[in-house]
Amino acid sequence: MSRLVASNLCIPGRLEQTSLEVDAGTLTCLIGPNGSGKTSLLHAIAGIGTRDGGVRIDGVDPWRAPPSVRPRLITFFPASRDVKWPLTASDVIRLGGEGEIGPVIADLDLEAFANRRIDQLSTGERTRVLIARALAPRPRVALLDEPVANLDPLWQLKLMEHLRTLASESGQTVIIAAHDLDLAGRFADRLIMMSSGRIVADGGRDLLESGVIGEIFGVERRDGAWQPLA
Amino acid sequence: MKTWLALAALLMAAALLSLVLPWDALGDLFARDRQLGWAVLVELRLPRMLLALTYGAMLGAAGAAVQALFANPLASPDLTGTTSGAALGAVVTAYLLGFSAPIALSIGSVIGALSALLLLLVLAGPRAETGTLLLAGLAISALAGALTTLALALAPSPFAFYDAYDWLLGSLVDRSLNQAAFAAIPAVVVILLLSRLRGALDSLTLGDEVAQSLGHDVARLRIWVVVLTAIGVGACVAIAGAIGFIGLVAPTFARRLTGGHPGQAIIPAALIGGALLLAADLMVRLAPLGRTLPIGVVTALLGAPFFLWLVVHMRWRLGR
Repeated sequence: MSRLVASNLCIPGRLEQTSLEVDAGTLTCLIGPNGSGKTSLLHAIAGIGTRDGGVRIDGVDPWRAPPSVRPRLITFFPASRDVKWPLTASDVIRLGGEGEIGPVIADLDLEAFANRRIDQLSTGERTRVLIARALAPRPRVALLDEPVANLDPLWQLKLMEHLRTLASESGQTVIIAAHDLDLAGRFADRLIMMSSGRIVADGGRDLLESGVIGEIFGVERRDGAWQPLA
Repeated sequence: MKTWLALAALLMAAALLSLVLPWDALGDLFARDRQLGWAVLVELRLPRMLLALTYGAMLGAAGAAVQALFANPLASPDLTGTTSGAALGAVVTAYLLGFSAPIALSIGSVIGALSALLLLLVLAGPRAETGTLLLAGLAISALAGALTTLALALAPSPFAFYDAYDWLLGSLVDRSLNQAAFAAIPAVVVILLLSRLRGALDSLTLGDEVAQSLGHDVARLRIWVVVLTAIGVGACVAIAGAIGFIGLVAPTFARRLTGGHPGQAIIPAALIGGALLLAADLMVRLAPLGRTLPIGVVTALLGAPFFLWLVVHMRWRLGR
């Protein structure tokens, strides 16, 4: 049985009725142009602002799980990097729920500023702290909205590598929304392409070589780079 | 732990001082007539101390909860119009509807406070920017103030203005133990209930989306904070009038003790708020002016400069 079973998710005006199954130990990338419904699908799975449809994680309904249990089932990292109060980086990570924060601080190389206030960090550093918050409870399903945005090229690679390791070695299910097709093609086990609030293609990395990319994004690969369709 | 003990000790000291100061008159009385001394202590000073302690604590806790909810350090019951709304509710109940029993005043006050808070949510939105929040609060305060004056002007009693003046500016004087209990009991219950929401309020630090993904029902949380704050502040205003700035000052200091966590600051803010209002009341009693100042005037005189400092500090931090 799949780790994540989502059925009949729907957010009126943003996400058409969508069902989805995702296996344990996989890294899935949602790709699609702006406004295609990637964030809405992540919201719908996490039960944010909608209760249409249903979600099961290993047979358990995460939407009904109380705050003491929920972060171990599913966590969500939003595209917003906003932190409303000046907590320290480690206090921000602890807001994610109970559990050790030591390992995730080491994984994302946060030792140097774990005790600094979040408002004194750069956007990239803050992004890593907030990702650590979502990963610290070791959720069975981690949903991350644009995790590599604001990160420098080295950290984009390091983060994607780390998410892959979480999937392949710890058996966690990682689903991210991403704009970088090259990163997605390099690290993802599965690509789900969205357009106008619905899933239009679903497959492996070879999806990037198919004509559907040109149809949806209006780009094609020429001379080793993504270029507007000729 | 040390901070908690220090805060509790501070509060106890303020409460004890509030009972015995000024000592001259009380000592004199005890020397002449022991029974009369006790009567003054139990029937005059004890209710006043209890009222100051619980009203201050209520303002501190309500300030902390509302600031956490709006994610804004300038949200407080007075600046956002909650206390003015409560005062309007009490004035309408007492002078236009003609009910003066404490329970009627409390209900009127709570309805007033609730209306003001709901209006604020509608006008400013749930995650208001500072400017919008303060403007909406100002508008609600102004409206409630004008309506209060109107209600007093239309009141059948020709002495309504004179009668309501002291109470409107906040006063802890000459309240009975029974009256104090009408404020203190709801205040204590509300503070404890608000403190149960601390985890959810802390999670709002990361925004509504994350709080929801962590399993907190943000819409229900908002309703709880608004209703509890209205009940607690309303009950206190009905007995002791509108007292400002404690709800702004206490949470700011409390968050320094909780590493910035807005929800965990609720109980420390209550302890600090209680100590602050006790201290302000002591100043009222000990000030060598020959007459009693309304306590709301004292908290405003001390709180307004703090408010200005907070505004400048925020401007400086935002780099504008």
